[in-house]
Amino acid sequence: MTPLADLIPQLLTATLETLNMVAVAVLFCAVFGLSLGSWLAVTSPQGIAPSSVIHQLLAAFANISRSIPFLILIVLLLPFTRFLVGTSIGTAAAIVPLVIGGTPYAARLVEAALLDVDPGLIQAVVTLGASPAQAIWKVYLPEAIPGLIRAFTVLAITMINFSAMAGAVGGGGLGDLAIRYGYQRFRLDVLALCCIVLIVLVQLIQFAGNHLARQLDRR
Amino acid sequence: MPAAPPAILVRGLTKRFASQSAPALDAVDLEVPVGAIHGVLGLSGAGKSTLLRCIARLEQPDAGEIIVAGSDWTRLTSSQLRRERGRLGIVFQQLHLLSSRTVAANVALPLELSGTSRAAIAARVAELLEWFGIADKAAQYPAQLSGGQRQRVALARALATSPRVLLADEPTSALDPETRTSVLNTLRRIREQLGVTILIITHDLYSAATICDMLTVLDAGRVVESGSAVQVLNHPSTEITRRLLAHTNSPVTAPSIVSHTDYDVLGQP
Repeated sequence: MTPLADLIPQLLTATLETLNMVAVAVLFCAVFGLSLGSWLAVTSPQGIAPSSVIHQLLAAFANISRSIPFLILIVLLLPFTRFLVGTSIGTAAAIVPLVIGGTPYAARLVEAALLDVDPGLIQAVVTLGASPAQAIWKVYLPEAIPGLIRAFTVLAITMINFSAMAGAVGGGGLGDLAIRYGYQRFRLDVLALCCIVLIVLVQLIQFAGNHLARQLDRR
Repeated sequence: MPAAPPAILVRGLTKRFASQSAPALDAVDLEVPVGAIHGVLGLSGAGKSTLLRCIARLEQPDAGEIIVAGSDWTRLTSSQLRRERGRLGIVFQQLHLLSSRTVAANVALPLELSGTSRAAIAARVAELLEWFGIADKAAQYPAQLSGGQRQRVALARALATSPRVLLADEPTSALDPETRTSVLNTLRRIREQLGVTILIITHDLYSAATICDMLTVLDAGRVVESGSAVQVLNHPSTEITRRLLAHTNSPVTAPSIVSHTDYDVLGQP
């Protein structure tokens, strides 16, 4: 049996793979989630340009993709992933379902953060002559920054969780390592070590997110 | 002398809400002459807020006209309305300053929205902050200011686009007496030095008595009394105005007020 110490380099590689997957996925999810979430917030009944048709369509899209279990989404997306990155295994391939699974989730978090901005404030800015687009760029987004940071913290932690599942089907990272050693070779020590690293990562992300949100909160 | 067109003219303004059987506003007429400080008084639920929201075009009235600086705001398309909004400054009761922006950036906002050049914005903001005595607060955030300072930031922002008319929603409620006096003095200076016509919506009779020339009393969505402040306060012709006077914690009878106004509010001999 390989001594645990000899597996440390593998553990490091796996940690970096996880961080890589999560960072890239969060970046894409944030960009897509911000646009989709802004549309959801603006067209919602409490938004500045309420449109039930657009809102219902976007909400349906966000809900349908969120209702498919992530493990099944990965399998469903295999052909698309292969088309996009040329392979269906490895870190790059895992990012595709992470982004597609994470975007509607991010959009709902962004929507909630934006709708948390005082509607009276938005109305006041409308009376100052703001168009809906200006209201989003100059009021909704800047005023919601602490809320958005908190939303993206939750998103990053969810992505770590999702990335472990992607690992299970050959996506690399800590999930992959934990399954290969812990599940297939009964190495409970490796499994435990992976879990410890994951716990530390989540704690660090949550701490950093809370700190940043507090720093940027001018209220 | 031919009369100048009024700064704000409201005619037959009616607004109904689906949830209520009685209209929130019932054929309200209001004329605010240029240079006046005009108060709209009423108890809670009289329709003051709805009137403000209709004039600010946050509500679509069911009938009537709202003529601000010569154009009927009920007939404008939304993009026309956005361009016209710079002609009417509004200060809300909750001020609604942006917590993520500094004092200077808050005051700059309406100018940014109208596409004013950076240099012109900087010059105008500096001028306004100086005028309101908050130049030293330019780089601070609203949360770091006192209530009176925040009020001045909101007034500076409302006047950034040099409107000729200012709409003030309960400008003195929830303020301590000292801050209230300071805000009322600032409003008076705005009228006297900047020549801005002011419409104040309030239930605070003290403020109304202190600075308003004209008063309109609303009850159940209708104008029940309208006239000079002296006449309305000294010779209330309706029960509702008498009730309003009676419900005030009698600062109206404080002699100091008389010295604050050009009018003999108390009907002294």
